[in-house]
Amino acid sequence: MISDRAIERLRAAAAWPALDQRYEITGTAGHGGMGTVYIARDHVLDRDVAVKVLDVADVNGSRAARLRREAGILARLDHPGIVPVHDAGMLEDGRAFYVMKLVKGRRLDEVIAERRPLADRLTLFNRILDAMAFAHAHDIVHRDLKPENVMVGGFGEVYVMDWGVAQDGAADGEQTIVGTPGFMPPEQEHGGGVDRRADIFALGALLELLVNEDPSAALRAIATKARHADPDARYQSVEALSADLARFRNQDPVDAYQESSSERVIRLYRRYELPTLLLLAYVVMRLALLAWRGI
Amino acid sequence: MSFPATRLSVVERTRSGDAATRRLALAAIIDGYWKPAYKYLRLKWSLDPEAAADLTQEFFTSTLEKDVIGRYDPARSRFRTYLRLCLDGFASNARKAEGRLKRGGGVHVVPLDFETAEGEMASHEPAVSADVDELFYREWVRELLERSVADLKRHADTAGRPVMFEVFARYDLMEDGAERPTYTAIAAALNLTAATVTNHLAAMRKEFRKIVLERLRELTSSDEEWEAEAAKLFGKPSR
Repeated sequence: MISDRAIERLRAAAAWPALDQRYEITGTAGHGGMGTVYIARDHVLDRDVAVKVLDVADVNGSRAARLRREAGILARLDHPGIVPVHDAGMLEDGRAFYVMKLVKGRRLDEVIAERRPLADRLTLFNRILDAMAFAHAHDIVHRDLKPENVMVGGFGEVYVMDWGVAQDGAADGEQTIVGTPGFMPPEQEHGGGVDRRADIFALGALLELLVNEDPSAALRAIATKARHADPDARYQSVEALSADLARFRNQDPVDAYQESSSERVIRLYRRYELPTLLLLAYVVMRLALLAWRGI
Repeated sequence: MSFPATRLSVVERTRSGDAATRRLALAAIIDGYWKPAYKYLRLKWSLDPEAAADLTQEFFTSTLEKDVIGRYDPARSRFRTYLRLCLDGFASNARKAEGRLKRGGGVHVVPLDFETAEGEMASHEPAVSADVDELFYREWVRELLERSVADLKRHADTAGRPVMFEVFARYDLMEDGAERPTYTAIAAALNLTAATVTNHLAAMRKEFRKIVLERLRELTSSDEEWEAEAAKLFGKPSR
């Protein structure tokens, strides 16, 4: 009888994709809902690539169509924050595949666990915002944005991955429920039509994770507004979210939060910390001088 | 060609008007399912070999007599889950009828090689999973892959290329704990070039996948179920 471990080896052997001689499979990068991502050597361009291959050639061709659609979306979204696609095709056994850049790095959830400084985390988030704004400008809604679908490279570069359930164009009536609980808005959970504001909800959930331990009420309010249950109450575009976040970084008042007088004083002090300190030092010195002369 | 062409599933063939087709389809189902059923009874129901063998025989006899397969509704579950649930019900009823599980006496209408099945279990004692469906599934996959490996060997032998199977066996079927050999090591051992080893391995894996998918046809009730089972089999590893 073959052992449990042999079963796994045989399953992998049967799933192994017979690509042409250009690509030599060297390992497995991960498994998704409908396919496996392999690491391969591209012998023509002498570089490592990632190859996403369907686990099975489906009877009605819907999985193949989805994979091809995903590759097409990636090809359209030529942006530094979105993984580029190099090639696409069909195996002899009918499984669709596409070849993309092999992203070397770690998933955002692993990076979050590192507790990097807030400024670093916000820089990463801004790069995600840039990629998503670009996708939305091309009428693409990701629909499954979550930490596991964002890769962070060694130089802090960010790649938004896994566009397999992305919506291309306007929603068309009732839809299949796709997405991940906690990162998908109520309208998506209920299978209704979604628009780019569904991604803004997911961005809010990502921001909440990224700034989880930061005490700033304004920053938390930005995340809360982005992931509001009512799409009309969220930021209406990635640019609006990005602008409010920029205001926070510049220590300007943000749209998402009504600050109190004391908070305003503290914020202004932080924003003008150096001039305020210089002014205070000047006043102290003048007073000291006056006092010395008085003596 | 992408996938095996749509054709009547094995379950549909059990409803055929032609007696020979019906008989062959039922034989195919029993052939593919008896060993997982036997091992499931041994592990999940903690039956001794004799009781498990008797109950397996009785279950498939009863399945034929009472047209259990004819009552299968694909809208409610996968075929393998349906058979497993039927088996659970059958074992439960048998346990209630005191003594039936302890003593043989069932009419053995289907020749099943329980000694082999028992020997297999002794050589690789499978871990008992808490998830009963997973337990049955694992034995079902084991049987499917084992038979597919045998088919692959037969295919290579028939083609007069046993060395191709030898390459596959050395690379994909090595012993647990053994380090996977390199292509160069296999090439040296079999007096081949490394390029030949990669070509043989690629050809054998392709053929193996084809055989597994064909065998899977005999174990599922529809194209949709076949596709779902294939996706589960080739998708994310279970552990």
